[in-house]
Amino acid sequence: MYIPFIKHRRIFYIISITLVGLSVVSIFVFGLNLGIDFTGGSMLSLTYQNQVPSSLEIRESLKELELGEVVVQPLGEKGVLLRMRDISEETHQKILEELGKLGEVEEGSESFQSIGPVIGRELTQKTKIVISLALLAILLYIAFSFRRISRPVKSYVYGLTSLLALFHDVLIPLGIFAILGRFYGIEITIPIITAFLTIFGYSINDSVVVFDRVRENLLRLREPTFDLTVEKSLNQSLTRSLNTSLTTLFVLFAIFLFGGETLKYFSLALILGIGLGTYSSLFLATPLLVSFLRFKERRYRKES
Amino acid sequence: MKHKTYLSLIIVIVLAFLALNSVEPKYINQGISFVNSKTFLSLPRFPEKPFRLGLDLQGGTHLVYLADLSKIDKGEEGEAMQGLRDVIERRVNLFGVVEPKIQIQQTREDRRLLVELPGVKEVGEAIQMIGKTPYLEFREEIEEEPYFLPTKLTGQYLKRAQLDFNQTTFEAQVILEFDSEGREIFKDLTARNVGKRIAIFIDDVLISAPVVREPIPSGKAQITGRFTIEEAKELVRNLNAGALPVPIKLISQDTVGPVLGKISLEKSLKAGIIGFLLVLLFMIAFYRVSGVLASLSLLIYAGILLALFKLVPVTLTLAGIGGAILSVGMAVDANVLIFERMKEERKQGAGFSRSVEIGFFRAWPSIRDGNLTTLIVALIMFSFGTSFIKGFAVTLSFGILISMFSALFVVRTFLRSFIGTKIEKIKWLWG
Repeated sequence: MYIPFIKHRRIFYIISITLVGLSVVSIFVFGLNLGIDFTGGSMLSLTYQNQVPSSLEIRESLKELELGEVVVQPLGEKGVLLRMRDISEETHQKILEELGKLGEVEEGSESFQSIGPVIGRELTQKTKIVISLALLAILLYIAFSFRRISRPVKSYVYGLTSLLALFHDVLIPLGIFAILGRFYGIEITIPIITAFLTIFGYSINDSVVVFDRVRENLLRLREPTFDLTVEKSLNQSLTRSLNTSLTTLFVLFAIFLFGGETLKYFSLALILGIGLGTYSSLFLATPLLVSFLRFKERRYRKES
Repeated sequence: MKHKTYLSLIIVIVLAFLALNSVEPKYINQGISFVNSKTFLSLPRFPEKPFRLGLDLQGGTHLVYLADLSKIDKGEEGEAMQGLRDVIERRVNLFGVVEPKIQIQQTREDRRLLVELPGVKEVGEAIQMIGKTPYLEFREEIEEEPYFLPTKLTGQYLKRAQLDFNQTTFEAQVILEFDSEGREIFKDLTARNVGKRIAIFIDDVLISAPVVREPIPSGKAQITGRFTIEEAKELVRNLNAGALPVPIKLISQDTVGPVLGKISLEKSLKAGIIGFLLVLLFMIAFYRVSGVLASLSLLIYAGILLALFKLVPVTLTLAGIGGAILSVGMAVDANVLIFERMKEERKQGAGFSRSVEIGFFRAWPSIRDGNLTTLIVALIMFSFGTSFIKGFAVTLSFGILISMFSALFVVRTFLRSFIGTKIEKIKWLWG
């Protein structure tokens, strides 16, 4: 099997640009549905033993507590999930009491999370810091890692393309989460942020491994053109890239299907990011090296 | 096989043995006890302790309280927080929580108390126990609004409270006895306010405001008020458990029911096992004997990882289990890189032994670089992240480090032990 990556690179560019474009649009149009980790608020879930009351019944029963807007969602087979503003412990107990009147609640099945505005702000702040630092570290790493290759493409080009691939790998899942948030009420929570941070590392890792191959082949193979070296490197890395992401995807799908609610969307974010990371390192980042070189050469010819 | 390979193989086997028995020490310890009882040996036993589970897996509650230090003098905040911590610890212990964790947290703007109560069933009651502690305070009378001003004398200086009955009216009353410091403050306070009223507030509610007739040097005060006997009893009990030196407010709560925690644990473990088996199957199908060796090393990897979680110990949360499972998928990466290189070398006519050595040599830069990016991000997540992110980063980092060891040392040792054997020659076995 030999895939002509370079020949068809424009098709891959168009696919990626379209997907990134759509994602950016959906992020702007739908916005990100941030969870109570960041906005502050309360989340209560519990499981009923037999019949689950309808959301209408639940909202009706809580009316007297004046909770403002209460979002009721089903959770698994017999569970319900309530989201509302940040409430006191007293109100929490009253809600439990009301919910207990609607049906037999499974003992020990409830969870409750209440995050005041102060903590919400703090978590937001902390998350911003972690994201910025992770990006900074990645940048430094790329600069360090590719400092020694320079022919025929300058080392910063490797850094730049892997960074482009990183944005591609993060923006598309983020766009998908914007859509999921708008239409299915799925929120961006700390687990999902964690997944995105992991994608940072993984996406760069993927590009770096293919680039390492290009670097090695530049020194060893002495192919007549850069295009050929790149394409050969891509084909050599193909099995490795696919197998590695496959094994990782296996465990992630296992978590997605069997791992329970908390880890479900965490694993979905990782599945998207890792799938895209593999795609982008093969079909986007590496062919971009060739495009950069072509662009440079064309400009050089024009000038002389 | 060379001597060096023999030695490596023995190291691997010993490691696997130690890891396995650290994870499940029951059987080996029975054996050790048996040997010890039959001989004069006294062999050490493997430590028998369970995995340390986070609140989200064993159930429990995590509470964040904001301390109101506005009435505490500058420079004495630390001491007040320490006092608060001690009082709440006493209260929590009274409630019978096993291994509670109470920490003071200082942020830029305020000071907080983090309270972790594992395995608590009656969370509402526990919170009431902590938060509803009476905040006792003495206030001085002034002419204009709000008529009473706070003084330094608070529940912090209380030595003990006692239930008593008025000799003539038989009304329930509470006798307060201050410690030596409180006695001085109370003496000054009463001396300053002869002929005026001193108000006793509990939780910002005026309970009684007796008129001071003369300075009281004894450090004893009594609260008479409209108590029923029950109310007076409860007040005495609560005051004795420790009146809070500063008022607190619950600003965040995260509670997981014990059953829910158990379900989460079961589900995530199930996911982990399924994922693990899928990876093993895939590796064996794709890389044949190499795959079997990789699977074997993955099992050792899992054993070492679990043993470390137990021995360090690492508190396992849902995030942590997620990180550990993910690291299994990533751990295989190093093996894939190496095996692919070996295949290439063999295609170009290299013998088995040479393909092993060159395969490892060529794959090393990629393995190093690839894992380094993930490790860097994990390190940042650990240093600056919130608790979920931290739990994930810890197990992921452990996983990555051990996976490198497993790929570079364990798998290499296994492969080397086939050099010079008949199996080495059978091409299809190696994929």
